[in-house]
Amino acid sequence: MKLNCKHVWEHISEYIDKTLDAGLLADIELHLEHCEICSAILDSTRNILILTADERTFELPVGYSDRLHERLAKELARAGADTN
Amino acid sequence: MRVNQENEGKIIRRILAGEKELFHELIRPYERRVYLTLLSILRDEIEAEDGAQEAIISAYRNLASFRGEAKFSTWLTTIAINEGRKRLRKTKGKAEVSIDEQQESQEGDYTPAALTDWREIPLEALERKELREEIKKAIGELPEIYREVFMLRDIEELNGEETAAALGVGAGVVKVRLHRARMMLQKRLVPYLKTTVPARRGFFGGAQ
Repeated sequence: MKLNCKHVWEHISEYIDKTLDAGLLADIELHLEHCEICSAILDSTRNILILTADERTFELPVGYSDRLHERLAKELARAGADTN
Repeated sequence: MRVNQENEGKIIRRILAGEKELFHELIRPYERRVYLTLLSILRDEIEAEDGAQEAIISAYRNLASFRGEAKFSTWLTTIAINEGRKRLRKTKGKAEVSIDEQQESQEGDYTPAALTDWREIPLEALERKELREEIKKAIGELPEIYREVFMLRDIEELNGEETAAALGVGAGVVKVRLHRARMMLQKRLVPYLKTTVPARRGFFGGAQ
């Protein structure tokens, strides 16, 4: 089947996740071979996902883990006092 | 003691039997995820940290009710989501439209931004602090139902099933929302990604 660009865009997410069925995948790959625009959209979407997933994008607050375990230790001590 | 998914069940039983200090180790692999889940809902770093602490303490208090039907990580994520939503209701008051009432956008017509000459090397791009800030802002501006799914799937790397279970929605809903979230981000962020590599094609910019 010959796909138009809009049809390809609807499936970019599934294409990235590799959840397309074989027939549609083949059609989309054929389209991508010939379509600069869709290829660029695919590349840029993938790149954006790489950037968003990078740990530097969402950094934990400095000292987060220490504060968390400190508070947890208090809770554990308190819970212990309740039961013992 | 090192915790992995196989021995999680065993660790949980030991905690419940009295070795409660092991809870520190049980949650260590999920600290980041719990924080990010709260951040995705609350969009405020201080509130998110406080909420993360509360969620983890709540998980400890309710550990006996964890039955092991779901994965521990999914159970914990659900607690984090609930904590976030509770706080959101408190801060925003009743005037705010609830999550359930939010309309799923039906137009579905997110024309992606075409920028054929963008081939910047992604990880180098991240060295630019303003780009990192722009990405966070763009995600923060997504409508809530899309932002939740995007954070769980693409940042916290839950799979589709786990995301559906944690949010209490169907797998199809997760798929549609994720697609829309990604397309919205693509459109919003592409203009910020400047061309620095003249290569014509290739994922990492170099290949022809």
